[in-house]
Amino acid sequence: MDMIKLTIDNREVEVPKGTTILKAAQTIGINIPTLCHFELEGLGVHNKPGSCRICVVEVAGRRNLAPACITEVMPDMVVKTNSMRVINARRTVLELMLSDHPNDCLQCAKNGRCELQKLAIRFGIRHNPYEGGEQSNYQIEVSPSIIRDMNKCVMCRRCETMCNEMQTVGALSAIERGFPAVVSTAFNQHLEDSPCSFCGQCVAVCPVGALTEVDHTPKILRAIMDEKKKTVVQVAPAVRVALGEEFGMKPGSIVTGKMVTALKMLGFDYVFDTDWSADLTIMEEGTELIGRLTKFLNGDKDVKLPILTSCCPAWVNFFEHHFPDMKELPSTAKSPQQMFGAIAKSYFAEKIGISREEMVSVSVMPCLAKKYECGRDEFKVNGNPDVDYSISTRELASMIKQANIDLSQLPETEFDSPLGESTGAAVIFGTTGGVIEAAVRTAYEVITKKPLPKIDFEELRGLEGIRSATIDVDGLKLNIGIAHGLKNARKLLEDIKAGKCNFHAIEVMACPGGCIDGAGQPLHHGNSDVIKARWEAIYRADKEMPIRKSHENPSIQAIYKEFLGEPCGHKSHELLHTHYFDRQTVVEVGSEN
Amino acid sequence: MANYKYHILLCGGTGCTASESPKIKANFESILAEKNLTDDVQVVATGCFGFCEKGPIVKILPDNTFYTQVKPEDCREIVDEHIIKGRKVQRLLYENPEDKAHISDSKHMGFYKKQMRIALRNCGFIDPENIEEYIARDGYKALATVLEQNDPMATIDIMKKSGLRGRGGAGFPTGLKWELCRKNEADQKYMICNADEGDPGAFMDRSILEGDPHTLIEAMAIGGFCIGATKGLVYIRAEYPLAIHRLQVAIGQAREYGLLGDNIFGTDFSFDIELRYGAGAFVCGEETALIHSMEGKRGEPTFKPPFPAQEGYLKKPSNVNNVETFANVPVIINKGWEWFSSIGTEKSKGTKVFALAGQINNVGLIEVPMGITLREVIYEIGGGIKGGKKFKAVQTGGPSGGCLTEKFLDTPIDYDNLIAAGSMMGSGGMIVMDETSCMVSVAKFYLDFTVEESCGKCTPCRIGNKRLYELLDKITKGQGTMDDLDQLRNLSRVIKDTALCGLGQTSPNPVLSTIDNFWDEYVAHVKDKKCPAGQCKALKQYVIDPEKCKGCTACARNCPVGAIKGTVKMPHEINQELCIKCGTCIEKCKFNAISII
Repeated sequence: MDMIKLTIDNREVEVPKGTTILKAAQTIGINIPTLCHFELEGLGVHNKPGSCRICVVEVAGRRNLAPACITEVMPDMVVKTNSMRVINARRTVLELMLSDHPNDCLQCAKNGRCELQKLAIRFGIRHNPYEGGEQSNYQIEVSPSIIRDMNKCVMCRRCETMCNEMQTVGALSAIERGFPAVVSTAFNQHLEDSPCSFCGQCVAVCPVGALTEVDHTPKILRAIMDEKKKTVVQVAPAVRVALGEEFGMKPGSIVTGKMVTALKMLGFDYVFDTDWSADLTIMEEGTELIGRLTKFLNGDKDVKLPILTSCCPAWVNFFEHHFPDMKELPSTAKSPQQMFGAIAKSYFAEKIGISREEMVSVSVMPCLAKKYECGRDEFKVNGNPDVDYSISTRELASMIKQANIDLSQLPETEFDSPLGESTGAAVIFGTTGGVIEAAVRTAYEVITKKPLPKIDFEELRGLEGIRSATIDVDGLKLNIGIAHGLKNARKLLEDIKAGKCNFHAIEVMACPGGCIDGAGQPLHHGNSDVIKARWEAIYRADKEMPIRKSHENPSIQAIYKEFLGEPCGHKSHELLHTHYFDRQTVVEVGSEN
Repeated sequence: MANYKYHILLCGGTGCTASESPKIKANFESILAEKNLTDDVQVVATGCFGFCEKGPIVKILPDNTFYTQVKPEDCREIVDEHIIKGRKVQRLLYENPEDKAHISDSKHMGFYKKQMRIALRNCGFIDPENIEEYIARDGYKALATVLEQNDPMATIDIMKKSGLRGRGGAGFPTGLKWELCRKNEADQKYMICNADEGDPGAFMDRSILEGDPHTLIEAMAIGGFCIGATKGLVYIRAEYPLAIHRLQVAIGQAREYGLLGDNIFGTDFSFDIELRYGAGAFVCGEETALIHSMEGKRGEPTFKPPFPAQEGYLKKPSNVNNVETFANVPVIINKGWEWFSSIGTEKSKGTKVFALAGQINNVGLIEVPMGITLREVIYEIGGGIKGGKKFKAVQTGGPSGGCLTEKFLDTPIDYDNLIAAGSMMGSGGMIVMDETSCMVSVAKFYLDFTVEESCGKCTPCRIGNKRLYELLDKITKGQGTMDDLDQLRNLSRVIKDTALCGLGQTSPNPVLSTIDNFWDEYVAHVKDKKCPAGQCKALKQYVIDPEKCKGCTACARNCPVGAIKGTVKMPHEINQELCIKCGTCIEKCKFNAISII
């Protein structure tokens, strides 16, 4: 590798060719401030517009200051990161930004986690020298998942990069020019009228309070207080490997038992597990896969293959918006959140002798699209939703903090029964590759009627955007595809369209890394090590489970016996399956329509 | 071919078209038909003559008679007198301001004497919609020479030696730019013409496109051959409908003549040109923004490197040159680099076209050799300041440039001298200001433009320019403080130092150069709450001298806001709170009793 020697703040440094000044400085412990710059190493996320100009440095021989985040090192370059010219420029740029920003930090959802606020602290900005005020052209917009306050937008373009490059959704881009320029939807239309998938990755990367999640915690507090209601809460697999971060615990800490204790202390009447309904999902989706495969192997030409997973609501929104002509491919199985809600408000409500209206069903999700999903009309009975409120991992952390509970100090408690028992196959739903691995574990044994020789399918794991593997199911070669990040999903869908795809089943998760990096998780601030630690924790949690195959979950076996009958049977279809809609709002480039 | 005795050339540029030149043409044609002269006299709508102050221009060949400010109703007299009787229409000739003598040949006029027309050589001379006329003026000869020689590097070498630098503003050496693009190998490259002329008041590119579109086609083909591109793209603002039309006609003719398309002149070289329309955003004159706009993306710049020569249109190596730059290319090939490099100064060769405007007698488009002084341009070509007022400053370089004072009048104009003086060449706007111009207001005017035209991508330009404008506005309203002046200076420097593209890096120039050259004027606004030029409305006070006021009530009766009170035959008084400083009272006062302080 070509190495380049240069001087930064009078210190010699040697870095590979192509390194930016920002990274070169980091190698010798010099932390140049940044704002717009954003990267998730290993997950293919790069936002480098070089536009905020906070990271400017002085380069000898250069007329103006250079942005460290995108200027590559050159041999014998002499860089000053802390000259008075640089500091004055950074302060002035920061004062400009603050002069164009609403001063409502105390009520801002990002208060204390705002990157602009951190810079203001670091540079000791005490007053605003400009009298012109901030641009205030935009109204706060509330959608089912996301709140947009574009007057707070600092034009870092991170959301735009996530929405367009990582997700290829194309809902967000810069609108207007000059002072009123912000990132918004085309013609500033409502997010619900745009092709937005509500994946929330824009919210996950927004450095300020321009994009935040809808907060349901006050409503849940009131529901818990309401003596006429029974509150039932379910917690998604990826929450347990990330919640601890909000309480100063190491990324990758598994806090399942402590989390259950905290939820009980908060006063939820029943604390259940989405892992339980993940196992149920495998029974339904796995049966559907086996059914379609069998038909295919029996020569049925009309069978829809590959089967696509359907547990990720952002992914569902994505294909409804962008590939409505392929809506027959995904499994009709509802997501674990919605399966849980349907069972909770039917089977379980009956069991404890209350009406569905008397139950408040809450989900804790690593996800913002789940907020949108639970509000879909098809998941309501007489207007009463199967899941009343979906809150994010961050919102749960906030509730726990409000109740003076230090999660890290809590004893462990088991989930309640009957909707609390689960398997290792369910917990891996929390990361890319997990759903399909869980399905394969079950499908293998159902098809071959033999026990799996090896439970861990290493070939399905990893963080590359698109992965594939062929699983030998007793002579039947099962071709599996996996995509995370909607850009990668789009690629596979286009391959399917072009007839270049020989997969039997494809798992898709919208967020890079899957639910572990969902938009409702604690903010990682661009540190991909956090995501990797959660990823490892998911597989650790799987290993620690006594049962690791969904069909072996005794509680699942019981509900089929007692209530549902057969997987994909009549009752299942009624409660656990759904259908999809054509929601195309924008004609795709290159399409014939 | 018809053998005409007379040619009536009339300006078909946008300016004269607005002053009814199409009607003049129609009148000439019908009168000539009526008199059976259509075989003897040809009427040609040409491109711009440049002397827009005196437009519409009609020029009669072969005697080179130059009629000014011609009206449609003058056509009959010109035909009767000049064409039929051979007598020049004296009243339509240019009048020399010095001795009031009539001058009939443009080459003896002050406006044209010191000009040297290379880029504009055909403007006002040929019919831009007729390829034959271009060919008759050595058109496409340079392309033939280059293709015949079949040595792109040799042609690039000629361009390098000629010393031609980019006329769009930055002055990057054209030959070197071509060489850099040539070096990047790719299956497809693009030769792009930047016709997104955006400086307020500048219209040289439009004039070339309207008056001599084939020169652009020829030059782009030469450039395409040199860098290895088979596709040319012209990014032109949609507000230039006449230029677009003429260019489309020219492209059509060039294709018909085999001068665009496959195997030009029977060689292996193929080249064709397409147009891309811009929506008129100033920032799209910046080459990376221009390329993004052409790709259908938001017109905003990106960090360089990668330069367009590495990753340009559709990520392919691309070369972007401005219209005026291209217009020089065929001449350099035809006349040789030695000839071209003998014109101009050491580091700035050839000529430059300027759009001369403001408080000057001869407003128009001029082309002068590099190295000419501002004094020659303003006083000899421009005919001096309007109304005999005093020269105050000249603004060059448009919104990116600065204001130069009297002390720079004898500085030879070239890229480097203008930068050293605190301004820049820019694309060639030149606005002359007299003593009645307030320099704070001038800076505010340009900032208003930049604030409007900033793409909003980087912080210093998006927010900083807005803040600069607000500070200037505050000062012109008499609310500024000395701290504001410090702030203005610091903010200007930081914006220059930190903005992403050329727009932001130069937008504070009008502020800095006026602060440097007219500091006292800024201080007067701040400390004395006075505008020395008397332009800032908020700082004006209209007062009635009680000694002179006869109490006639004319002022009070005419004041639109009822700010003047007084009884008949008694001195009146103006309520300063109510006064909107419209000046009506001064106009109505017969006793000179009202003055502005």
